[in-house]
Amino acid sequence: MKNLSSVFAAYLLGWAIFFGYCVSVGVRLRSLGDEIERLKKQLKSK
Amino acid sequence: MKRSVFGGLAVLALLAVAGGAAFFYAPAERTMGLIQRIFYLHAPSGMTALVAFLICFIGNLGYVFSRKEHWDWLGVSSAEVGLVFCSVVLVTGPIWAHPVWGVWWAWDARLTLTAVLWLLYVSYLLLRTLTEEPGRRALASAVYGIFAFLDVPLVYMSIRWWRTQHPQPVVFGGRGSGLEPRMRLAMFVFWAALLALMTFLIWLRYRLEALRASAAAVRREAE
Repeated sequence: MKNLSSVFAAYLLGWAIFFGYCVSVGVRLRSLGDEIERLKKQLKSK
Repeated sequence: MKRSVFGGLAVLALLAVAGGAAFFYAPAERTMGLIQRIFYLHAPSGMTALVAFLICFIGNLGYVFSRKEHWDWLGVSSAEVGLVFCSVVLVTGPIWAHPVWGVWWAWDARLTLTAVLWLLYVSYLLLRTLTEEPGRRALASAVYGIFAFLDVPLVYMSIRWWRTQHPQPVVFGGRGSGLEPRMRLAMFVFWAALLALMTFLIWLRYRLEALRASAAAVRREAE
């Protein structure tokens, strides 16, 4: 199986880029959602 | 939350089908052998990146003419997602090129213009960090984005206009070009899956921009 490692590396890196980006958007969405909740609570307590 | 989980699972299922088509349905290429299978990820990623940059261009034009923030959200979301696909192209290309060409990179028109495209959209995102005021940020990046898009047709046409180290077009290449029918089907299935992934990522990223705007409004209210 000549070049198997190259094909494996290409697909692994490709999926890692897609997955990494998905996770980064997910983390940003969650932290913003948490911030909005915190601010809303802060507003209610005023 | 439920919609994004279902959307993500649907895209994952499509990608699994695409992977199956690329590795088990498409026949082995006679001269390159196994390494040619990188093509099914590389070429559709490139085409998807160009589609994402086209959506960014539409968003940029929409903002310039209407000054409505949702066009700006569409612009930045698709620029970021296009950049992700462009990065996959720039990573997988050299991995294919090394065993086939004997070099990782060649400064030919297609490769150079793709690297420039990547830099142009990195700059687009960097430009947005330079100003805090949303209206000015949106207008400056929209105008810049319209000019950045000029590289997209150049990237697409480069292998048609100039003699390049990069292979000549095998899809949409006109007479004398083309793929073996099962290879073509596998490639289009992969492209469809990547377009679904692109749509899902742009939708997620757009939600992030909308949430940012809500956060800014709540913050103003709290102050």
